Amino acid sequence: MSRKILEVRGLSRIHGKGCPLCTLHTGPEFDTNICPFCGSVVAAHDINFDLYRGEILGIIGESGSGKSSTVKMLYFDDTPTSGQATFFDGAEQHDLFSLNAAQQRSMRNKRFGMVYQNPHMGLNFQISAGGNIAERLLMSDLKHYAEIRRRAGELLSRTEVSLARIDQNPKTFSGGMQQRVQIAKALATRPPLLFLDEVTTGLDLSVQAAILDLILEIQNELDTAMIVVTHDLGVIRLLAGRTLVMKHGRVIESGLTDQILEDPQHAYTQRLVASAL
Amino acid sequence: MTQAILTIEDYAKTFHLHERNKDIPSASGVNLSVYPGRLTALIGPTGAGKSSVLKGIYRTYLPSSGRILYRSKAGNVIDLAKAGEHQILELRKQEIGFVTQFLYCLPRKSAIDVVAEPLFARGVDSHEARGRAEKLLAQLAVPSHLWNVPPATFSGGEKQRVNLARGLIAQPRLLLLDEPTASLDPATTERVVEHIQLLKETGIAMLAIFHHPELVRRLADEVVELSPLIAVTELSKD
Repeated sequence: MSRKILEVRGLSRIHGKGCPLCTLHTGPEFDTNICPFCGSVVAAHDINFDLYRGEILGIIGESGSGKSSTVKMLYFDDTPTSGQATFFDGAEQHDLFSLNAAQQRSMRNKRFGMVYQNPHMGLNFQISAGGNIAERLLMSDLKHYAEIRRRAGELLSRTEVSLARIDQNPKTFSGGMQQRVQIAKALATRPPLLFLDEVTTGLDLSVQAAILDLILEIQNELDTAMIVVTHDLGVIRLLAGRTLVMKHGRVIESGLTDQILEDPQHAYTQRLVASAL
Repeated sequence: MTQAILTIEDYAKTFHLHERNKDIPSASGVNLSVYPGRLTALIGPTGAGKSSVLKGIYRTYLPSSGRILYRSKAGNVIDLAKAGEHQILELRKQEIGFVTQFLYCLPRKSAIDVVAEPLFARGVDSHEARGRAEKLLAQLAVPSHLWNVPPATFSGGEKQRVNLARGLIAQPRLLLLDEPTASLDPATTERVVEHIQLLKETGIAMLAIFHHPELVRRLADEVVELSPLIAVTELSKD
């Protein structure tokens, strides 16, 4: 059995009307992702990678490099201009961008999980922490109230949120705790694939460390494949076995994470690593 | 002699620094073999490329040229210089270990869990994995009151022993050691020497760099000397 869970080929996203010259005159060598002829933004161009079961892949790059755009398309928050993504789910195989809206929703709710940098995007601040998780459990096949509440409690304690707060609104929580609730919610359906978009950005260092620890523990326990988007080299060093480096919408380099950090090949990656250490 | 587990043919590594437009050689013309149950020591002055060879094998460095032929458990010969990333990750998990001089670990994991981690990754039952970690930490004389504490606050020597224990616990088929005793006192060094001898008896192949010539004399079955490299090449700026 192949261990592949996701195969991404030629994934591209252009914001704007686009012209035949867009991709020829943007990218790292032109130091821009804005087409000089039509003004369209090449958010991502020709992204290719494979992800294996239980593997953590890092995507690193500065703001506007296309790392979040890539993940957004895979999570159906955005639609690609072109490209394919195949999700291998047990014996099944899904061409993600050929799914209809209902199928996409079901994939998002049951088989994928997403943790956003901004908890407002991942959590509903109108309802309690437990309610947030229950909402997601309801979308899977759990229907019984007591069972849902028990499972929500389990998830919150696994992510180290005090059970005493299960009925409180997450808007009263600290940033670190909001991220924990987001993680609990994302894990509710035990998805085999989890996306994490800058989940530790803006948190205190000690809180960051605890969240990273939690992510690794979960990956160990559940063998969840993850794509971790970050601009922080320390995060990929601790989490990711392999890393893609993006700039101006392109993957400029990919490799084993320790190799990217100790023997970067591309001029940009060399600068990035040198300025961080 | 038995068949080599690792044969390096003409390994070279040169770093190209784009910003300075310079090529910096870190190793060249390296040839060596490593055998099951034997230890090959790499010797030579600082800058001769000893660590570069280990990192090339582990693929922390991308080799510039040469072949790194590894005979896997399944009996296939794999050129590590060219193998795919997933294949390298799998070999790291199952067959090839690397003890470096530095310990990278998560801030709140206890020493026991840091050491047991390679076994967790292989799916060993956590009770058994922790048991083996405790045994190894005791063998390497890490005081038991530290076992449940994260290593972040440990002394250099204690950290190094935790690091060493983590490298040794999974009993890889090929073990790369980069100055495993560099910051240890004589008594602890002696424990490590004994442990390495024990590993040799179990058939593990080792390629090692030792700080001290005395350790090379005592532990090495083969010695490979690397000579200093020529200076940095300034590239024309055309």
